[in-house]
Amino acid sequence: MCGIVGLFLKDKTLEPRLGSMLSEMLISLSDRGPDSAGIAIYGAATGNEAKITLQSPKPERDFRGLDAELAKAISAPVSIAVKSTHAVVRTTPDKVDAAREALQTLRPDIRIMGAGEAVEIYKEVGLPEAVVERFNVRAMTGTHGIGHTRMATESAVTTMGAHPFSTGADQCLVHNGSLSNHNNVRRELVRDGMTFETENDTEVAAAYLSHRMAHGKNLGEALEGTLSDLDGFFTFVVGTKNGFGVVRDPIACKPAVMAETDQYVAFGSEYRALTKLPGIDNARVWEPEPATVYFWEH
Amino acid sequence: MPATTVSKALRDQSHARVFDLGEMSLRELNQALHKLTSGSNETAWEVLNPKGSHSVAVGVDQPISIDVRGSVGYYCGGMNDGGAITVHGSAGPGVGENMMSGSIVIKGDASQYAGATGRGGLLVIEGNASSRCGISMKGIDIVVHGNIGHMSAFMAQSGNLVVLGDAGDALGDSIYEARLFVRGKIGSLGADCIAKEMRPEHIELLQGLLDRAGVTGVKPSEFKRYGSARTLYNFNIDNADAY
Repeated sequence: MCGIVGLFLKDKTLEPRLGSMLSEMLISLSDRGPDSAGIAIYGAATGNEAKITLQSPKPERDFRGLDAELAKAISAPVSIAVKSTHAVVRTTPDKVDAAREALQTLRPDIRIMGAGEAVEIYKEVGLPEAVVERFNVRAMTGTHGIGHTRMATESAVTTMGAHPFSTGADQCLVHNGSLSNHNNVRRELVRDGMTFETENDTEVAAAYLSHRMAHGKNLGEALEGTLSDLDGFFTFVVGTKNGFGVVRDPIACKPAVMAETDQYVAFGSEYRALTKLPGIDNARVWEPEPATVYFWEH
Repeated sequence: MPATTVSKALRDQSHARVFDLGEMSLRELNQALHKLTSGSNETAWEVLNPKGSHSVAVGVDQPISIDVRGSVGYYCGGMNDGGAITVHGSAGPGVGENMMSGSIVIKGDASQYAGATGRGGLLVIEGNASSRCGISMKGIDIVVHGNIGHMSAFMAQSGNLVVLGDAGDALGDSIYEARLFVRGKIGSLGADCIAKEMRPEHIELLQGLLDRAGVTGVKPSEFKRYGSARTLYNFNIDNADAY
């Protein structure tokens, strides 16, 4: 089944509550997928700082002293904030690629969850409640975010198999459904230079969008492309640095409900994910149409 | 309404057994409903704070009324056999799935496959219904005040689907014998579904359905009827592409 949520704030006064609102939304859908959960939160991009979210199976070993070693390797200031198995490394935007390369030699066991100016990604095996507690998501502030609770159907129950999947700067995607042509699409994307970390179908969808956007499409056009190029069932919710998009396949059998008020746009696999949002009783609530791209930007 | 009826309605209201799902579990509610036997005096029920809960009032088999104050999740009123359920909000997927008899009224919108496989009773959706409304319906009557989504009445076998608004793509795909009455536009008709003549008996049938669903100011003559062309009843190799 899987459960997905998304929240895009229009009202700045809600930004301090983004993490807690998104956490409650995700926890309400725990029974749609109890094996792993993840959340991507977009803080405000300052333009002079980039963030890289890392995950390590042995955080005590890998994160200790990493800031100093990385700063030396890339000749730039580096700070690190550790949260359980994850850490967010901050450096200057022009040093992200260099940092990625340096991390491969400095800490070969580390996985990069995502990178960009705004996004931080936390995902692990376990129920949403446990994941939210582990990374103190409720305390996080931000402008928009997406979340996922997984019932694995396409690949192993591992940290890397959890959603969101991020395959480009500040881009990430959560998915409810299953793709039937992901192996073919993956082969084509690999031929075009994309790399993959899992056998997961959702990673292919994320990489597809990143690939199309890297070739000049905007997010709306890239999402349109999924309707003809990806086969199977899907509801995708995607985040970009300043945007939030939704698309369902033409059959649209995976559930989806959206709500919009002057304060926010919200997405949930089910209505119960939206019931605690402020003003929900008077919100415009609707089901996104099949084969239709919805998109908001700040 | 005569004064005596009003006072009786008010009295019934005051005697309604109230279940607050903010304080009690869904299982407690459904167990209490299932315990009712014929002749019970507890004929009026009210459910508060459903907040999108699944399976609210599933399996009711007594002629009781249930008012649900708020929106429900999956399968509300599933298998209903005689209950009069009103949801004062919207309903999630599968509302009234496999209903046998009685009625379900949704004041708001309904999600996917409303009334699926229903064998009897009346399902009224005062807002819009989503995709696959009435899929595989087997005798239920469904009246939708607004629009319905794609693939509605797929493989419908018996019963009536009335839509005051528009229908999405592939309406009545592979339909058997149900009657579809649509007042607005049709996205497209599915395999073996065709427009049919509105004969006097259909006008009469439709007027009865509109009356039962509380629809006023709308004439049966504003609707078109759709149903099965019956070319796919028996397998014929020449029709293989149509399935």
